[in-house]
Amino acid sequence: MPTTAPTAHALSDVTASDSTLRRFLHGLPGVDAVGLEARAASLGTRSIKTTAKAYAIDLAISMVDLTTLEGADTPGKVRALGAKAVHPDPTDRTTPATAAVCVYPDMVAAAKEAVAGSSVKVASVATAFPAGRAALDVKLADVRDAVAAGADEIDMVIDRGAFLAGKYLKVYDEIVAVKQACGDSARLKVIFETGELSTYDNIRRASWLGMIAGADFIKTSTGKVAVNATPANTLLMLEAVRDFRAQTGVQIGVKPAGGIRTSKDAIKFLVLVNETAGEDWLDNHWFRFGASSLLNDLLMQRQKLATGRYSGPDYVTVD
Amino acid sequence: MSEKTEKTEPRLSVFKTYKLYVGGKFPRSESGRVYEVTDSKGKWLANAPQSSRKDARDAVVAARKAFGGWSGATAYNRGQVLYRVAEMLEGRREQFVREVADAEGLSKSKAAAVVDAAIDRWVWYAGWTDKIAQVIGGANPVAGPFFNLSSPEPTGVVAVVAPQESSFLGLVSVLAPVIATGNTAVVIASEKAPLPALSLAEVLATSDVPGGVVNVLSGRTAELAAPLAAHQDVNAIDLAGADEALAKELEIAAADNLKRVLRPQPVDYFGTPGTERLTAFLETKTVWHPTGSLGASGSSY
Repeated sequence: MPTTAPTAHALSDVTASDSTLRRFLHGLPGVDAVGLEARAASLGTRSIKTTAKAYAIDLAISMVDLTTLEGADTPGKVRALGAKAVHPDPTDRTTPATAAVCVYPDMVAAAKEAVAGSSVKVASVATAFPAGRAALDVKLADVRDAVAAGADEIDMVIDRGAFLAGKYLKVYDEIVAVKQACGDSARLKVIFETGELSTYDNIRRASWLGMIAGADFIKTSTGKVAVNATPANTLLMLEAVRDFRAQTGVQIGVKPAGGIRTSKDAIKFLVLVNETAGEDWLDNHWFRFGASSLLNDLLMQRQKLATGRYSGPDYVTVD
Repeated sequence: MSEKTEKTEPRLSVFKTYKLYVGGKFPRSESGRVYEVTDSKGKWLANAPQSSRKDARDAVVAARKAFGGWSGATAYNRGQVLYRVAEMLEGRREQFVREVADAEGLSKSKAAAVVDAAIDRWVWYAGWTDKIAQVIGGANPVAGPFFNLSSPEPTGVVAVVAPQESSFLGLVSVLAPVIATGNTAVVIASEKAPLPALSLAEVLATSDVPGGVVNVLSGRTAELAAPLAAHQDVNAIDLAGADEALAKELEIAAADNLKRVLRPQPVDYFGTPGTERLTAFLETKTVWHPTGSLGASGSSY
């Protein structure tokens, strides 16, 4: 597996100044929006059945970042979520654990305790999530807090205001600074909030900007705005990580988040991954789903495959 | 062209595409299948969608989604909605008389009597919505200083295997009591004569019944009833239209999540029904509340 260690790769010179960075990002080929959406839609029509479906469901469960990002989060709720992440279906111990739980920084310690001794990681959003409207010092303090509390992964938001204003170097510097604050212990996911970037061209530029700045993961959205992960914007980001690895040899993960609620949707995304980035990404080290209600639907589908009966919401937890 | 030939030229027939009714929408079967529906003499009437188990699954999801709103609506409001169904049926009486006559091989006057009885049945059950609680609920005398009150509550999502022979009056007689008490329903229409049921769906869609409260599937009864009987998110099943062998099989499948089961029984659908079908899909909630008579003041309330 290729490493994600930040290396002085072929693209280091593009960040020399604001103008070189702008020239590079605006020099990326434009996105054919109609073609992109048609491609995403056509890949969504694949029929995945029986054993392939069972494989896909287990894979999808293992890729879930089980998320709770509410103002009303309590340590108790986080503990419950952690227990669910470790054993998603207590009635069937063959169910894989999820990849991680994703919480606010002040809940990291509680989450860490809840998943102790398991393979489940603790991800924390940081940098004044979800708006990202705070001074850099505040954002970095937020990150350091989460890392100190034991977060294995940091989900940062980019400064969309700066990005849309064309201050790419500012966005870049911020990601670099956050990456530094993460140190060696935490992997960095960079959230673009694609629903606020307006165009596919912008999503492509943001993807490259994030990857050059040293992101370990690029993530679509916070789940807090109207438009979240869609097959089309995820496909675009998968193309970006594929091209980035071809160019630099560095593999970067992708995480669609928000709005993925059914197994059917999740399996469509897995098809996108396989057909675009390739099998190397079909692993929870490289692909994640940011979701909460998705897990219940995956579990119900899993129960259906095991028993032959349609399951219902009475047989999964209410979270 | 002369005026005369214009008059005699036959008009092209406009055939109706019968569709399912799921979640307030009229989809085709997910499977894309249809089957031929004939009248009692074997003459082709229309193609009806032949639903698959996935349509049944979608219908349960729709029914579950609608349950909160429908069971939470006031009984008075449900009564008004059901009465509205009768009003809408009255306006399309001719169509239903024709469909029932074709489906069941009845003369026009007999079919009209069936349709009238079905419309009256809606009104009858509409009246029951806000009265059933008084009849089967109430205060229970208990050996202690408590108010002890029982009140009926809807069971949940009910799968209804509609009667095979009485395709309209029978259907209304089993469906109306289920939704009158606040349950939501997934109906499997009569296999041989599904058209009145599919047309009834059009009436329901235009009479303030929220989408998903009634979902109508047509197709092979055995194929659709099996997954519904085994479905973990269906709370009860009415086996009115299942034959003996099928009913037994379904009852076994239904035992797994302890569904309420209403066994098939001989019914004269023209007779006044009684409250049996209303109470079949109700649960009784009982609450205890201290009367306060232990207080120092000596007041019993």
